[in-house]
Amino acid sequence: MHLVLFIIFAGFCLAGAINLLLQTHPINSALSLIVVMSSLAVLYLLLGAEFLAIAQIIVYAGAVMVLFTFVVMLLNVGVEEKTHGSKIAKAIGFPAAVVILGVIATVVLEAQKSLGQVSLSDGITTTQNLSRVLFRDMLLPFELTSVLILIAILGAVALARKEGHS
Amino acid sequence: MWNDVPSSWYLVLSALLFTLGVFGFLIKRNLITVFMSIELMLNAVNLSFVTFAHEWHAVKGQIFVFFVMVVAAAEAAVGLAIIIAIFRARNTLNVDQIDLMKL
Repeated sequence: MHLVLFIIFAGFCLAGAINLLLQTHPINSALSLIVVMSSLAVLYLLLGAEFLAIAQIIVYAGAVMVLFTFVVMLLNVGVEEKTHGSKIAKAIGFPAAVVILGVIATVVLEAQKSLGQVSLSDGITTTQNLSRVLFRDMLLPFELTSVLILIAILGAVALARKEGHS
Repeated sequence: MWNDVPSSWYLVLSALLFTLGVFGFLIKRNLITVFMSIELMLNAVNLSFVTFAHEWHAVKGQIFVFFVMVVAAAEAAVGLAIIIAIFRARNTLNVDQIDLMKL
């Protein structure tokens, strides 16, 4: 059962990521990124991270991607044009990406024997366990992120404001 | 056997997604799509964090993913504001034409 679910949603993830690269219009890329993020949420659930699965849907597939689609529609971006730079980037980027994948995959497959199995009967990390660690051991970093978010909001407003309109 | 998946499969999936993100970052010419590729890379890294948290029964790995999500949300807000500012100044989102720091 776990294997079937893994194959289905890993397939969705990869199909979405490849579609993101193939599409030329940003709105199609944004929609396929939503597919990737939603299927990642299911994979988190398979790995027993219930809180992160819901946070992934709400924060990433919800808030962040709404922001992306909103900006795409606000700026009314058209289809991306092929330029001379994109040919060079493809010629150099493809071998570079293959090398990166080769290095990471080799390391992972070398370490495969010392890694265990994931199964559905493993039990999940409940939100209770997670928040106990978060609010006891990680309280200071948690509070600092609220300051970070505040600064990010102020920065976003300051940057996106029209010049000379004050 | 149908109930078990090796942890390394999750890590290989994460590596594949990260590589697709790197590739997209390099080949895409639209600033917003380049930014989406960065989000894809962040998600790939999160997946390996969750896998290792499950592997070693360490809740702190999941806490780290939570912080990555917070930072990514802040980064998306600021990054998209910068993209709007660039579009106002240059009237284009093609990365080949946005190669000067000066507006």
